[in-house]
Amino acid sequence: MSDKEFPPPVKYLDDRLGIAKIGRKNLRKVFPDHWSFMLGEIALYSFIILILTGIFLTFWFKPSMGEVEYQGSYSLLKGLHMSEAYASTLDITFDVRGGLLMRQIHHWAAVLFIAAMMVHLLRIFFTGAFRKPRELNWVIGFTMLFLGIIEGFIGYGLPDDLLSGTGLRITQGMIGASPVIGTYLNFFIFGGEFPGDDFVSRFFTIHVLLIPGLILALVTVHLFLVVYHKHTQYAGPGRTAKNVVGYPLFPVYTAKAGGFFFVVFGITALMGALLQINPVWLYGPYNPAEVTAGSQPDWYMGWLEGSVRIMPGFESHFWGITLSWNLIIPALLIPPAFVTLVALYPFIEGWITGDKREHHLLDRPRNMPTRTGIGAAFITFYALLWIGGGNDLIATHFGLSLNNVTWFLRFAVFIGPVLAFWVVRRVAISLQRADNDRLMHGLETGVIVRSPEGKYTEKHAPISNYEAYSLTAHDRMLPLDIGPETDDNGVRAPRRALNKLRARLSRFYYADAIQKPTTHELEAAHEHAHDSDEIHDISETETYREVTSDRS
Amino acid sequence: MSEKRPSLSPARFLSARRRHRSAGLVVLLFGLLAVGSAYAAFAPDDAVADNSAQSQQIEEGKKLFAVGCASCHGLNAEGGANGEGKMAGPSLIGVGAAAVDFQVGTGRMPAMQPGAQVPRKTPTYTQEEIEALAAYVASLAPGPAVPAQESYDISKATDEQITRGGELFRTNCTACHNFAGRGGALPNGKYAPSLMNVDPKHIYEAMLTGPQQMPVFSDQVMQPEDKRDIIAYLNALQQQKDPGGFGLGRLGPVSEGLWGWLIGIGLLVCVAVWIGAKGVKAKGAKAE
Repeated sequence: MSDKEFPPPVKYLDDRLGIAKIGRKNLRKVFPDHWSFMLGEIALYSFIILILTGIFLTFWFKPSMGEVEYQGSYSLLKGLHMSEAYASTLDITFDVRGGLLMRQIHHWAAVLFIAAMMVHLLRIFFTGAFRKPRELNWVIGFTMLFLGIIEGFIGYGLPDDLLSGTGLRITQGMIGASPVIGTYLNFFIFGGEFPGDDFVSRFFTIHVLLIPGLILALVTVHLFLVVYHKHTQYAGPGRTAKNVVGYPLFPVYTAKAGGFFFVVFGITALMGALLQINPVWLYGPYNPAEVTAGSQPDWYMGWLEGSVRIMPGFESHFWGITLSWNLIIPALLIPPAFVTLVALYPFIEGWITGDKREHHLLDRPRNMPTRTGIGAAFITFYALLWIGGGNDLIATHFGLSLNNVTWFLRFAVFIGPVLAFWVVRRVAISLQRADNDRLMHGLETGVIVRSPEGKYTEKHAPISNYEAYSLTAHDRMLPLDIGPETDDNGVRAPRRALNKLRARLSRFYYADAIQKPTTHELEAAHEHAHDSDEIHDISETETYREVTSDRS
Repeated sequence: MSEKRPSLSPARFLSARRRHRSAGLVVLLFGLLAVGSAYAAFAPDDAVADNSAQSQQIEEGKKLFAVGCASCHGLNAEGGANGEGKMAGPSLIGVGAAAVDFQVGTGRMPAMQPGAQVPRKTPTYTQEEIEALAAYVASLAPGPAVPAQESYDISKATDEQITRGGELFRTNCTACHNFAGRGGALPNGKYAPSLMNVDPKHIYEAMLTGPQQMPVFSDQVMQPEDKRDIIAYLNALQQQKDPGGFGLGRLGPVSEGLWGWLIGIGLLVCVAVWIGAKGVKAKGAKAE
């Protein structure tokens, strides 16, 4: 490469920055191809859209609680006293050219940003992409999701309209419910009694500077680690734990990912142009004496809202102190516990299974029935709380009683996840059985054959070698062996109780999972199939034009 | 024989019978007739006509009530119980004409079936019949009357009044009826109905009489001009086009989240699948 002469501008940069060396290595970097690998990209692109539109909005937004009389062009609020924050939001909406469009794109991009991160997280979870060596990247990704939710919520609070003020009021109530420190914490955050004059300017700095900066830094680390670890891939012919099969970054992924960016931008812009989001002018300025039906947070805080909504109103009083269990449990205990479990899941699973190996081939969800079941249980728990956050609209739109919806959810949040775990795990195991059937007996042809003795059998055709390879590429899963109770000298092994618990969890994790057939079983099965005449061979012509790159 | 008798002159005729048994009665009748005619001649005509028309209307209303309402509200509007001893319809004595005009005029009454709340539907009665029913119920005991047309006339409302109506609306109404008047849920299957496409008169009457779950906002608590301003704001809100595109029902963030997931993430995942399925065409060869 070095003997080739670069065009002058590239040569200029290469002499000073050494870009040829970086480029040569990284432009040919191979990425595997699958639609589910592009979910994280949606999040990245919506983050870029958020930054671009956010910069536009900061040109006109006035982060101040100073009181002004609104004199803009929205007649239904003209002459009302309101904060500068709300007045400037109305100005952006009605008096700044393109302002409403930018506000709506910004808001839709926020909705998509967090949704895409969550879908991406689910993909990583169900395919086991979080396993060694990628546990830390899972934690980084999770931190970004968490920061994104906080960022979104603070942004929702900035316009100081009736809806955002109500949301902040609820948050203030939750913080205030923390025993002992609640009041101090509230005075610290709001600079005095709620709502005070400070929160908009404080939240603004956090919203446009602190959290975006943190997310940007974490995105960099996240992507760097993706490059460093190299991308995972689904099992298939020619794909092993030691290689990456796919296309090079340049030109294939540059085109695909670049094109996808424009699609994401286009769809977000279309939504911003056609679908009205957060009509602040309808809510009116925030006034703690007012509240409106349909006060809900944006979707990503909905599960927290639901958790508070379905909680019965328990309180206890002693020594002049009130403990509001109706807020402590649903807002201060359950969400952090749930979030911590999700964040630490890779370490929990790794400890239970005792799996210390590196993994670069992805799991099919069915091949890890217990993990898939746990994922379904988590989704169910989250979704039920989420439904709780909209219990009033569900009641009015489906003609149900609000109380019945709430009571149903109070039980369903406990029963639902258990049911979901059990059902999904059994479905996964059944799918494993179906896979084994395919391997051992082949495809059902629909051809019924009558033998000379009068016996009817259905002909099976063997599956292709490619498919058979893909179906057997995963490991056999065995529960963790914790060794004998005592060593050769009769000394009891250390930490026995903990290890026994671990072994029990591990057995639970792998219990009932169907092992893939052994070579011997496969041969025996095929032997059996060949005793009568073969119907036909399924011939497959597949062209593998992908590039294989070494992992080392 | 009688025709041979010489005919009596009228004076003689009267004189001959003046001591007749029924002479006093006849004189009394003539007197009453004379006084009555004189009264009819001198007293204002319309009052009499109106009185009789009103009593006729009440009478008509009473008949309609007996047919359409009495099975629940009782034959004399005293309230009634169903077979199981539960209240079928409350007493209507003292609810006033405004309550009847609202309930029957919005089609809520007559109710189709008992339930958590009686829904709005197409009115069953004509305006004349509603007026008759209202007159009948109003005749039972004093209560709020149907408001005069000028009290809910919003055609002359100024921008200032509309803005003021918005503040009053957000302070008093949005907690149940939602920021855009789209309605909301109340406990046990009850709900605050949508205020869209409701006659201004009916909104006024609802505030005045507090139907079903709604509290009463009497004219002493909320002045008639406050009510008019609120109605003017609601009207402006309903006339207003959504400047940001399709309004998603003006229901708040729940419907926004639904659209974000279904349309936004749904479309993007479809595109991802499409891009992922697109192979790379090598020069001169067909991939896939």
